[in-house]
Amino acid sequence: MQNGKTVVIGVIGADCHAVGNKIIEHALKENGFNVVNIGVLSPQEDFINAAIETNADAILVSSLYGHGEIDCRGFREKCDEAGLKGIILYVGGNLVVGKQDWKEVEKRFLDMGFNRAYPPGTDINISIKDLKKDLGIE
Amino acid sequence: MDAILLIDFGSTYTKLTAIDIENEEILATAKDLTTVNTDIMIGFNKAYEKLIQNIGNKEVNFVKKLACSSAAGGLKMVAIGLVPELTAEAAKRAALGAGARILGVYSYELNKHEIDEIISKKPDIILLAGGTNGGNKDCIIHNAKLIAEHIKDVPIVVAGNKNANDEIEEIFNNAGVFYKITENVMPKLNTINVEPAREVIRSIFMQKIIEAKGMKKAENFINGILMPTPAAVLKAAKVLADGSDKEEGIGELVIIDIGGATTDVHSIAKGDPSKPGVTLRGLQEPYAKRTVEGDLGMRVSAISLFEASGTRRIKKYAPNTPFDVEERCKFLQQNVNIIPQTDEEYEFDEAMGMVATEIAMERHVGTIESVYTPMGIIYSQVGKDLLNVKNIIGTGGVLVHSRNPEKILRAGLFNMETPNYLKPTNPNILVDKKYILSAMGLLSEEYPDMAVRIMKKYIVKA
Ligand code: B12
Repeated sequence: MQNGKTVVIGVIGADCHAVGNKIIEHALKENGFNVVNIGVLSPQEDFINAAIETNADAILVSSLYGHGEIDCRGFREKCDEAGLKGIILYVGGNLVVGKQDWKEVEKRFLDMGFNRAYPPGTDINISIKDLKKDLGIE
Repeated sequence: MDAILLIDFGSTYTKLTAIDIENEEILATAKDLTTVNTDIMIGFNKAYEKLIQNIGNKEVNFVKKLACSSAAGGLKMVAIGLVPELTAEAAKRAALGAGARILGVYSYELNKHEIDEIISKKPDIILLAGGTNGGNKDCIIHNAKLIAEHIKDVPIVVAGNKNANDEIEEIFNNAGVFYKITENVMPKLNTINVEPAREVIRSIFMQKIIEAKGMKKAENFINGILMPTPAAVLKAAKVLADGSDKEEGIGELVIIDIGGATTDVHSIAKGDPSKPGVTLRGLQEPYAKRTVEGDLGMRVSAISLFEASGTRRIKKYAPNTPFDVEERCKFLQQNVNIIPQTDEEYEFDEAMGMVATEIAMERHVGTIESVYTPMGIIYSQVGKDLLNVKNIIGTGGVLVHSRNPEKILRAGLFNMETPNYLKPTNPNILVDKKYILSAMGLLSEEYPDMAVRIMKKYIVKA
């Protein structure tokens, strides 16, 4: 059953880890989302352009290879610039290199304007629950 | 004998080709100046007299007379979309494939200033897109309203988010705008769907544009002006590559047409990555793709060709030229009717042709970028991979009349100095010696098997 919400997903930057991205697409579809998957190796602009054309409600960014922080910098500002005011932004995967205190990492991403950030190994269904809550459909 | 008459009302010349149906041969060709400003039939009749003379003392009965046209400025279009790289680009590609000259591409919500600009450009048709199906509809509706308010006399082709169509219909009906709604040029993100829009553009071209350009009179004598000339070339390219019901095609191909004002490139090829491990990104490419480079031409655009290339790039192909490259390009642009006489002049024109081919191909083909990882290199591709395309064909006056068309066409091939451009590596190099491609596009409308056979016969190794 479609829930009427559109989500753009993809793997940001020069990151080619493709497996998790497919799993996320599948899980979101199972939950009734219209999924627009821009795939791996995606620059910020591609997420934003896709969200504009498809009138998306949220963007889920994946970063697996450890450079998530650099790749995600300025994302929220670009969304604002492009007229996507207030669009829901999540990020997850293996956001940073090595063992770092998650609370600090999370804070850095929230400060960048992401609504939620997820630590490595997070089950995508947890994030789907959050998404439904944030979109007011559950 | 029974024959078919194929006519190209070109911007400068009206060109006629007579085909002997039984022997599948070119009986004769002839041309004279196009006279669209006075009476299109004056130039046609002059060319026709020459044609009959060239046919000689044979009794010829033309059972079919078909035409294409790029007279009176060709089919001039404006394309409008939402995001520049997505629906605006898809709309542009649809219009180019319909044989249009693109006067401008607009994106996002238009403002009054842009509307005024569009009006001042005097397009024949406006293609209005924006949003995937189910996606954004605010933008296309905003733009439809502005058009309805300010532009009443230009036919509009609507090819955007289907969820906006009912509202757009109402807006245009209330304003009395002539419009046609067709399928979205980008129904899903990065998925392109240009054929329906192309067909609608062509039907409006036949229905309205021919008359608006004062060419209706020609239709008393001929069976119809079926399409813009570039659309006929693309059509010929497609049937030559794919073949017809009975006749096998020659496989994937690229056509290069260098002119005085522009350089056109057509490719008939899927363009999927030819090597494993390559990720394809961005907007899907049309199988039959046409690009037009308005800044690469031998005369009218000689200065912009110089600006796009620079002295060194032209000198790469003419190292010992006695000319100052910039001065010579300026001179050629001011004297557009110059035909080279000396060896040096020939060499210079050839070098310009090579640069035009090289740059036009760089802009047409896809590119590949490498991402380095400790596990080796991974690749991401944007656009069409044409490395394995089997044929490259030269057409148009510059290439057909060149002493050395093969040399010029080779400038469009894969080059180790710029290996990220996915240009053909080892294709057959062919020339449209008799200049028949647009005529064959017309012929293929009704006699596709014959068109393929004739092209295979007359388009030969350079
Ligand atoms: C397979 C693999 C590769 C393959 C990828 C093949 C491909 N095209 O997919 C290859 C060999 C190419 C590769 C290359 C590299 N890899 Co690698 N790779 C892996 C490996 C072993 C498995 C990844 C995988 O598919 N997992 C299975 C899927 C289902 O899980 P997932 O990708 O994590 O995704 C899930 C979650 O993360 C989460 N999730 C993901 N995104 C999001 C987003 C949101 C919002 C939410 C809520 C959840 C979420 O949900 C997903 C589904 O369950 C991991 C180690 C590991 N076991 O995870 C390393 C790993 C990801 N790679 C790593 C590295 C460093 C690299 C390289 C830089 C160099 C190297 N060491 O090889 C290059 C980078 C290449 C590039 N430019 O991207 C590191 C990353 C370190 C870090 N971030 O701190 C890892 C963790 C290995 C390690 N421990 O060192 N890799």
